[in-house]
Amino acid sequence: MRAVRAVTGRALPLDRRDVDTDQIIPSDWLKRIERTGYGAGLFAAWCADPGFVLNDPRFAGATVLVAGANFGCGSSREHAAWALDDRGFRAVVAPSFADIFRSNCLAVGLVLAELPAADVARILAAVAADPLIELTVDVDRRSVAVPALGYHAPFAIDDSSRARLLAGRDEIDLTLAHAPAIAAYESQRAAWLPRVAGTGRASGSSPRSRPSAS
Amino acid sequence: MIHRRHAAGLTVGRTLAHKVWDEHVVRRAEGEPDLLYVDLHLVHEVTSPQAFDGLRLAGRPVRRADLTLATADHNITTVLDRPVADPLSARQVEALTRNCAEFGIQLYPMGDARQGIVHVIGPQLGLSQPGMVIVCGDSHTSTHGALGAIAFGIGTSDVEHVLATQTISRTRPGTLAVTIDGAAPADVSAKDIILGVIARIGTGGGTGHILEYRGDAIRALSMAGRMTVCNMSIEAGARAGMIAPDDVTFAYLEGRPYAPTGADWERALDQWRALPTDGDATFDREVRIDARDLRPYVTWGTNPAQAVGIDGRVPDPDALDGEAARESARRALAYMDLQPGTAMRDIPVDSVFLGSCTNGRIEDLRAAADVLRGKRVRPGLRALAVPGSMGVKALAEAEGLDRVFRDAGFEWRSSGCSMCLGMNDDVAAPGERVASTSNRNFEGRQGPGARTHLVSPAVAAATAIAGHLASPADLGR
Ligand code: SF4
Repeated sequence: MRAVRAVTGRALPLDRRDVDTDQIIPSDWLKRIERTGYGAGLFAAWCADPGFVLNDPRFAGATVLVAGANFGCGSSREHAAWALDDRGFRAVVAPSFADIFRSNCLAVGLVLAELPAADVARILAAVAADPLIELTVDVDRRSVAVPALGYHAPFAIDDSSRARLLAGRDEIDLTLAHAPAIAAYESQRAAWLPRVAGTGRASGSSPRSRPSAS
Repeated sequence: MIHRRHAAGLTVGRTLAHKVWDEHVVRRAEGEPDLLYVDLHLVHEVTSPQAFDGLRLAGRPVRRADLTLATADHNITTVLDRPVADPLSARQVEALTRNCAEFGIQLYPMGDARQGIVHVIGPQLGLSQPGMVIVCGDSHTSTHGALGAIAFGIGTSDVEHVLATQTISRTRPGTLAVTIDGAAPADVSAKDIILGVIARIGTGGGTGHILEYRGDAIRALSMAGRMTVCNMSIEAGARAGMIAPDDVTFAYLEGRPYAPTGADWERALDQWRALPTDGDATFDREVRIDARDLRPYVTWGTNPAQAVGIDGRVPDPDALDGEAARESARRALAYMDLQPGTAMRDIPVDSVFLGSCTNGRIEDLRAAADVLRGKRVRPGLRALAVPGSMGVKALAEAEGLDRVFRDAGFEWRSSGCSMCLGMNDDVAAPGERVASTSNRNFEGRQGPGARTHLVSPAVAAATAIAGHLASPADLGR
């Protein structure tokens, strides 16, 4: 994942709550097997409306999305984070986020900042009135600033998420450093726990024959 | 090991969720999320290809293929003599087949007798068991919590992480007790219970928490009903949903292909019986609902909390609390093409979809068939019955339910996600109004511009006959 210290840029005001991941990236786009190229699908259904804010040229180039509460609810599709990232968004500011979306954004290096609903409403209104207003979402200092409003407020981010964003660390490498702890845990799991018939050949080995249908 | 001992020698009770959680901690460090061991990882075609690519790129093997099971469900066809029509879908299904062969993962492909929607086959095979941690790249993994497991959905990066390490890193969640006291009215199904819960606590009401469903009305549910309830925990924003295992759970599991047997069964039972929340345990939050207040629910909006009783009317957005809720309702009514004050029963529908991981089990098909027997679907209305797994389909056919559905005018399909998310050819047209037993009424969920009303299987069947939203009791009127 990409390391990120702070995101500074103009904002896209999306004044809606409960924006679900089916809206962020419609399921038609989920048929692809690649990890990139989802930007064109971002809010694809809503973009059919010429009045939709993402179609408004005044907000072109925005890097911070500002939205209503419970952003990213619904489906676990990480494609939603990929689509935002691919379209150039580096941070999202909202009163609250759905849990799975939050984990997915962390994996991608997309910064999420939760602010009080009244503050988000104020920023939404200001940005809608003046698209040139800039925001800074600072991971290092755990703060959001909107200089044009004289606004500066902290946002909550746990130490571990912050460290991951700042360092851009590969989480699998981090976990594999604890392989002995994983093996120790495995050695004391109950023997009766279920096992599937997989063989677990390493990557690159010859394919095993398909299980027969019965 | 039910109680954790405090330094002072006192004991403190724990909840079901925290017992299972603590049992799976591989590593705990100050200021970091817990590293949890995953007992079962379910994989499907849509959220896994990029994860397998990641493994290949890094040259990493799958750590525990024997704890991993794959199936194709989301964008396969439910008409088996038809190939997967969309070349992109076909490519994705083929990628799963290739990846499973390369990494040695057991796959139940389209057409296999054991294939089905991932959340239907786990419990059906007896793979999902009490006290386990289960993950899948799918938000409705919460379904498996019905057996007393911690089960939750993950994104593709985490799918790769679990494939490589068999662990997942998460902060310990809060706990929320959702207690449904008393007995629910006879016409209130499990689907109605969960729609009633979500309508009360809201789409973000469970955020950061594992819900534990408790109380008489939950205890009275079959395993299928419990799975329906836990399935939609995510619709309340919860990290997971759980129900303590009891004799209903054990009777369901005994004899299933992956359930323990003999002395192992007794050992497992001993552990499972210790799982329920201790009497002196406390939850971070509690919600109590009187089961007698519940009704058969129907959604009117574009999120699952926007529901009213079938006897109700489309609400007036201006009468709702808070500007955000009003604006959300206005947008929803515009999308749904509904007027405030319209009786829900007066809303005509074009299609009925019976299926999905919420309501695609044999009990759901039976409930719908009971309403349909000897009746006909309203002329011009399209009705689909899609079993949740090939096993459910075979059982239904053995019981003659397929005849009931066909005779009534339903199309009888093979298993898959089908019109729940419209990734295959079972798509609703723009403006088409669907009464659906699935879990999401989001804009465009069943097809671009499609309008979804979430309902129970019995209401879906009655609606198919009446041609408008209806409960079985309405049919005799
Ligand atoms: S049936 Fe619907 S909700 Fe369930 S796994 Fe399939 S697409 Fe997801």
